[in-house]
Amino acid sequence: MPSTSDFYDIDSVLSEEERAIRDSVRRWVDERVLPIIGDCYVQGRFPKELVPEMAALGVFGANLPEQYGCAGLNNVSYGLIMQELERGDSGVRSFASVQGALVMYPIFAFGSEAQKTAWLPKMASGEVIGCFGLTEPDFGSNPAGMITMAREQADGTWILNGAKMWITNGSTARVAVVWAKTNGDTDASSIRGFLVPTDAKGFSARDQKGKLSLRASDTSELVFSDVHLPADAILPGSGGLKSPLMCLTQARFGISWGAVGAAMACFEEAASYAKNRVMFDRPIGGFQIQQQRLAGMLTGIVQGQLLSLHLGRLKDAGTMTPQQVSLAKRSNVSMATDVAREARRLLGAVGVLAEYASMRHMANLESVYTYEGTHDVHSLVLGQAITGLSAFS
Amino acid sequence: MKIAVCIKRVPEMDVKFRIAASGTAVDETGLKFDMSDFDGYAVEFALQLTERLGAGEVVVISLGPDAVQETLRKALSMGAARAVQLKVDSIPADGFAIAQALAAELKDGGYDLVLFGKHAADSASGAVGLMTAELSGLPMVHACTKLTIEDGKGTARREVEGGAEIVSFPLPAAASIDEGIARPRYPSLKGIMAAKKKPMDVKPAQLGAARLAITKMELPPERQAGRIIGEGAAAVPELVRLLREEAKVL
Repeated sequence: MPSTSDFYDIDSVLSEEERAIRDSVRRWVDERVLPIIGDCYVQGRFPKELVPEMAALGVFGANLPEQYGCAGLNNVSYGLIMQELERGDSGVRSFASVQGALVMYPIFAFGSEAQKTAWLPKMASGEVIGCFGLTEPDFGSNPAGMITMAREQADGTWILNGAKMWITNGSTARVAVVWAKTNGDTDASSIRGFLVPTDAKGFSARDQKGKLSLRASDTSELVFSDVHLPADAILPGSGGLKSPLMCLTQARFGISWGAVGAAMACFEEAASYAKNRVMFDRPIGGFQIQQQRLAGMLTGIVQGQLLSLHLGRLKDAGTMTPQQVSLAKRSNVSMATDVAREARRLLGAVGVLAEYASMRHMANLESVYTYEGTHDVHSLVLGQAITGLSAFS
Repeated sequence: MKIAVCIKRVPEMDVKFRIAASGTAVDETGLKFDMSDFDGYAVEFALQLTERLGAGEVVVISLGPDAVQETLRKALSMGAARAVQLKVDSIPADGFAIAQALAAELKDGGYDLVLFGKHAADSASGAVGLMTAELSGLPMVHACTKLTIEDGKGTARREVEGGAEIVSFPLPAAASIDEGIARPRYPSLKGIMAAKKKPMDVKPAQLGAARLAITKMELPPERQAGRIIGEGAAAVPELVRLLREEAKVL
């Protein structure tokens, strides 16, 4: 009988390097993340002490080129890394997603050669932590409406004003990639990206308090009050809303894999508990109701694994579309929220304890369901792809 | 400092094994394989030693079919400089046949130190290292829990019943590694990519004649269900009687 941790023998279609990369990150998560993450979650603390270890492994910007100090991996390998990190916790995966896909990627894609050389190696090595500012208090699903504004001065420098919300790594970051409209033009076509040092005068970050999800992750509100930026703070290749959306496509690709990892963690926990927990004189795994639960969970996970793997192969072939990424993010995260909830229920009373992972994943996944394009917005992206009719305008 | 580390590819141990239809081998269907644990400690020790000295080379050697190249590449991804596969179709059960192939490979290698895991996680015989050292004419310390190499000499600690012994030896030498000596590093993603470009020599193994053969493999007997003889202090005399007379552990 095949192992339930790889029921469709996906290992057989991964390359030796892809498996080696997955195994190295898996072992790191088992040994370094799992023993502490439950406590971090309860304390509401991101395990910052793990950042140098993640950097030494090479997970930050792992699919960016070696010339900038990155590992130069293919996208399937990158996806497997995200899967394993989120098997630990969505907060740990989010940290790596933001650093790699939302900060290093835009510098790589839209930055000048000087910006790339100055920032990317330091970010790959974890010396510099970054955050990504797109969402605003009143503009979440509708980023085109943003009101953060950068105005170019006579000497070519910039003055930035506005606020961003729900910013992962906001209080730990040394640099923020901030998206702002420019020179008073309220049209989304004026949006440009800026590299904002977080120690700049007029920059402040405040922790988001009271989260019941992603508690092992820093989430902040950023405020820019007449922040003076040098002329070379602008990402020269950025232009319009398309630029930040390209970053989100990168991040959502990783999320589609990460969600599968969270689901795998919940399933393993539930399956192991079902085989060992005795009630009515036999393991609860022997009852049809739990078997149906477990069968549904495994089916969802296998579907998600195959979906992400194929998406990764498309990305490596250079043919992946943003709509395909929307489908994978929407489907896999929704699957994972269901698996986590069913796992928590199978665990009975102990399922509410931080000692078990399922409820932590269940709560985390509600954020993942909501961020990087809500589930509903991805429905509309797909709706437009199907009908040719936009629900937004 | 030139160090050879002899490593073995073994099944991962956290599964329930089945015996193959032949009755003399483990059924490998669905098994995953990795470097034997003790061999991993030996690779890590060798890497740390050359890193500390700032000079030297770690060469990893494995005997087996082409699948062992994956295990060798894992050692390369950790930082070993090059790998040697001593190619055979299947690994013989007789450690002496393997030791002769390893000794032939090591003979003109100019190694200062040859390391082994104290035994392989699957066969657990612990013989290959000792026999290879003997065939190579090298002093050999088995199951080291500490090892220091300085000024052409080695000092090793071995755990013995109720204590430890400290031994010293001149180089070149061989040693096998017990746990606790060095925790294997996580192969970095860059290391994994770099491993593909490192040299891997594949040569036929000069196996000695096998004089031992496995005639039968058995699984341990099914464990009997336990029994509850009572509760509280009242059950103690009966428990003591059973432990003495039936289980014979008191």
